Amino acid sequence: MKWDEFFVTGEPMIYGAMASIVLVSVAIVVGLTYFKKWGYLWREWLTTVDHKRIGIMYIIAALLMLFRGGMDGLLMRGQLARPENGLLDAQHYNEIFTTHGVIMILFMAMPFIIGLMNVVVPLQIGARDVAFPRLNAVSFWLFFFGAMLFNISFVIGGSPDAGWTAYFPLASNEFSPTVGINYYAIALQIAGIGTLMTGINFIVTIIKMRAPGMSLMKMPMFTWSVLITCVIITFAFPVLTIALALMTVDRLFGGQFFTMANGGMDMLWANLFWVWGHPEVYIVILPAFGIYSEIISTFSKKNLYGYTSMVVSMVAISALSFLVWAHHFYTMGHGAMVNGIFSITTMAIAVPTGVKIFNWLFTLRKGKIQFTTPMMYSLAFIPIFTVGGVTGVMLAMASADYQYHNTMFLVAHFHYVLIPGTVFAVIAGMYYWFPKLFGFRLNERQGKLTFWVIAISFNVTFLPLFFLGLKGMTRRMYTYSAETGFGPLNLIASIGAVGLAIGFGLLVYNIYWSFRYAPRDTTGDPWDARTLEWATHSPIPDYNFAITPKVQSLDCFWNMKKGKEKLFEDELEEIHMPSNSGQPFILGVIFFFLGFALVFSWWVPAIIGGLGVLVMLGIRTFERDHGYHIPVSEIKKTEQRLRGETV
Amino acid sequence: MKRKGLLLALMSTLLLLLTGCEPLLVLNPKGPQAQTQANTIIFSIIVMAFVLLVVYVLFVVFLSKYRASKLPDDYEPPYEKGNKWLEIIWIAIPVLIVAVLSVVTVKTTNAVEKVPVGYENQKPLVIYAASSNWKWHFSYPEENIETVNYVNIPTNRPVEFRMYSYGPITSFWIPQLGGQKYAMSDMVTKLHFVAEHEASMMGRNSNFSGEGYAHMEFEVLSMSPKKFDEWVNDVKANESEITEAEFDKLLATPHVGRKSYTGTHLTFSPAPEGEHAGHNHGSDSTSDDMDHSNMDHGDMDHEDMDQSEHSESEHSNHE
Amino acid sequence: MKVNHTLPLEYRTEENSNKILGFWIFLGAEIALFATLFAVYLTLWQRAGNGPTAAEIFEMKPVLAETFLLLTSSFTIGLAVHSMRLGLKKPTLVFYLITLLLGAGFLGIEIFEFYTYVHEGATLQTSAFLSSLFILLGTHGAHVTLGLLWGIAIMIQIKREGFNEYTANKSFIFSLYWHFLDVVWIFIFSFVYLKGLM
Repeated sequence: MKWDEFFVTGEPMIYGAMASIVLVSVAIVVGLTYFKKWGYLWREWLTTVDHKRIGIMYIIAALLMLFRGGMDGLLMRGQLARPENGLLDAQHYNEIFTTHGVIMILFMAMPFIIGLMNVVVPLQIGARDVAFPRLNAVSFWLFFFGAMLFNISFVIGGSPDAGWTAYFPLASNEFSPTVGINYYAIALQIAGIGTLMTGINFIVTIIKMRAPGMSLMKMPMFTWSVLITCVIITFAFPVLTIALALMTVDRLFGGQFFTMANGGMDMLWANLFWVWGHPEVYIVILPAFGIYSEIISTFSKKNLYGYTSMVVSMVAISALSFLVWAHHFYTMGHGAMVNGIFSITTMAIAVPTGVKIFNWLFTLRKGKIQFTTPMMYSLAFIPIFTVGGVTGVMLAMASADYQYHNTMFLVAHFHYVLIPGTVFAVIAGMYYWFPKLFGFRLNERQGKLTFWVIAISFNVTFLPLFFLGLKGMTRRMYTYSAETGFGPLNLIASIGAVGLAIGFGLLVYNIYWSFRYAPRDTTGDPWDARTLEWATHSPIPDYNFAITPKVQSLDCFWNMKKGKEKLFEDELEEIHMPSNSGQPFILGVIFFFLGFALVFSWWVPAIIGGLGVLVMLGIRTFERDHGYHIPVSEIKKTEQRLRGETV
Repeated sequence: MKRKGLLLALMSTLLLLLTGCEPLLVLNPKGPQAQTQANTIIFSIIVMAFVLLVVYVLFVVFLSKYRASKLPDDYEPPYEKGNKWLEIIWIAIPVLIVAVLSVVTVKTTNAVEKVPVGYENQKPLVIYAASSNWKWHFSYPEENIETVNYVNIPTNRPVEFRMYSYGPITSFWIPQLGGQKYAMSDMVTKLHFVAEHEASMMGRNSNFSGEGYAHMEFEVLSMSPKKFDEWVNDVKANESEITEAEFDKLLATPHVGRKSYTGTHLTFSPAPEGEHAGHNHGSDSTSDDMDHSNMDHGDMDHEDMDQSEHSESEHSNHE
Repeated sequence: MKVNHTLPLEYRTEENSNKILGFWIFLGAEIALFATLFAVYLTLWQRAGNGPTAAEIFEMKPVLAETFLLLTSSFTIGLAVHSMRLGLKKPTLVFYLITLLLGAGFLGIEIFEFYTYVHEGATLQTSAFLSSLFILLGTHGAHVTLGLLWGIAIMIQIKREGFNEYTANKSFIFSLYWHFLDVVWIFIFSFVYLKGLM
């Protein structure tokens, strides 16, 4: 292979990206060396097995990916702002809408959610850590290196360009001869394995490690949502694993699964993809529902209305999520009968979702509503998400879907679901739990300003797309002619996109500003909240809780503050902790190497990489890691320091 | 919150004004199928507007009534576990709504899959619509003519489009005649349309199929049967015969303008239906996908199709 | 660390019982994985294109031998865990060894079978049917291979350390894994070979 085929050439924008990647990498290396932080980075972060630090790393990675994916989105809107615009050519546009989709769903929404899960769930159930801390680190590094592998595609070899759905035969070697789709298949595979292990890890954590007294129906709603999500992950991700494996076999080894000849079946890919893909939507939305439940209840100063029906509706949604996949291709020509059945199962999801909306509304009723930044996002979620929900019901009607399918109407719908659903939720969650992690709140004034910019810009960006869809504009068109009349509405949408970019810029500035100037919180409970995570100090000590709490009710911390129950009655005991390990990071690096070799069909390096993985597994099975114990005296000292007492 | 509601209202009116100048294609039907779909869409919008209204009213009322700044400092929100009756109401009403919508969906979906009501007894005009990178070929087997990137149809006569693809999956969509359906390489899918007005309509591929996808548009022109016959005769008289060599050249060219031919490519490159259906056409290149050498496997293919389609991807065109 | 002495050794610490539950859930994911592979196979198995069909390439004898070997190994791994519960180190190791040898025998026949197919011109690239057959069998075979390596590692550890919370836990989990592979094979036997030959 020649060098000019290896690197993507001929695009000034990509040369710019290459230059900036090199510059940033050099700056990081120089900075770490100058400030002598290499050891710190390795000891405190790269080798950590602490769920809080892993959570923070997930969130940082997700924010980075938010900007990468956001940049893609912005370029798309830039290109579509005017008819016959020349900002991007077809190939470049096809690459960025593909990477936009993949990155936003798999490398932004999922890790952001998983990051918050990592930070919050062990605290909410009063546990010291997750069930398998080392596995948790493996999950993170597999996700991280999967994401990195996917991202280098745009400078080395070329990005995938067949849409995030990568339908066959378009994604076959015949119609996509570059290595782009190989990146898609292998990077997603690596990250997906990490996600599957996260799912298993958190199911065990939640089932086995709850504080004494916390029965399932006394679990905070966020933890419930995570449990259900992880069950979906466990059953949906293996389908993706297989789909991607078959794709890899077709592309690298000449398999005939999805080909146009020798018995292959292109729509089999679409079926497999959506059997995973639809539950995936609920994987990112259910934890968001959990986050909103916590926040709305906290800032209404009221317990969550209809707790039991909230749980039941989430279980119902998770079951239905596996029974609706064919609504993504009503138009493939299965009969009216099949379409009818899938229409009904799809619309049925509206019922449990509606139950949740009404429960949130009735939590607000008779409450004492405080308009904090996390609450603003949660409140805005209700009306905006409902638009996404009702248009979802409209799309579920097969006969009408023949007119919406593949149009901007669909694009508007899923952005109305995913942005207020997931993105608002993770931002709200970040504002809400930020003081728990770092010991200070993000600035509220800036936060509210940011909220208004984001919420308004969002509607300006995506509301016009509903109308564009009905006017006949399909998705994934890199350009359109002036006669179509799509121009004005597209321009409005593009202006909105600029607003969104400004909003996310403000968000980052808020984080930066607050790190420097925000007053520190010493209470550990700045929001006057209700659940167990607020019962320990902020920032949280390594061991989470000095004494394992004993729980009697759902809002146990709230009740403790009201003097109705006692959480911490036992004596201090020494605490067993897992030790750090560099193995997960090294395993991630090996997977990256293996994946990269596979993308380019370099068999010898690939085999070496595969052996490397086996060696790492071997090292792990012979290892005897007993962890370490924190003695009572040290716990006492830490507790006094965190309480602000002098030792 | 109120400010935002206002803004939203303002924006929607603005949008309506903007779009009012140029009609929404989907809601401006020229035939019975698109009409059914437009009615379904309008009906669902009305029902959904009711749902939105309920949520918005509750939202605005609760937010304005229970904000902390309006309540006395010593107000303690009560503990509320939930309310059985309220919960029954907000389960029962959505279930009813979903039931109504389900009935509408099943009925209309059946309707748009069939020949439109009132046209069942007429002999349909069969037009094969095949996509290749990145254009549309239209074959009129009975009239024995073929066009590229435009299709003329007579008004008030059922037209049966039979779609398939010489490559990636595409989707055949004429918003003003009716909803879309996929065109795939291994089978033929069908749409039954009737144009009740003379009009020039936009048709396009709506399923992403690679680099030239944005330009996969074609014009649908509906004309009186008399004019249609004149046009057919005109093509036959003036246009050259389509040959296999000419057709292969067409397939290999990414973009071509409008073309007209006498004869159809179906004679030497039949559509993947009947004995030509299935995935068993063992050739590598797109251009001669429908290889003759496999014709003798016809019977076997047929059996394959019937047994191997799993239930959820049952295709309507089983023959 | 919480230790409950009334439980068998492999369950005794909290961490160990977490691991066993975790592994059961992992097997749940594996069921989803193999179910998908079976769905793919059953969708494609009659799409042989220009290649040979199932009835043309399947042979009963080696398949029966494979079945016999794997079923027996499932029994012997059960005996190994039983011996472990009784604290008998040597019989445990012997039964482990027999299990792994049977597994290796199974794998040997499977490789030979693949070799025969390829020799007859039935390769992964021939048709959708053969792609799905090779990937389904291959995934199962890869699981068995990994199991062999894992089993050897556990044997070394038992030999070195005897039974403790680590080795007992590992060998118990390994037995779950091995039984699972056996169950998958029964499905392969019925839905691939019997169905293909009928």
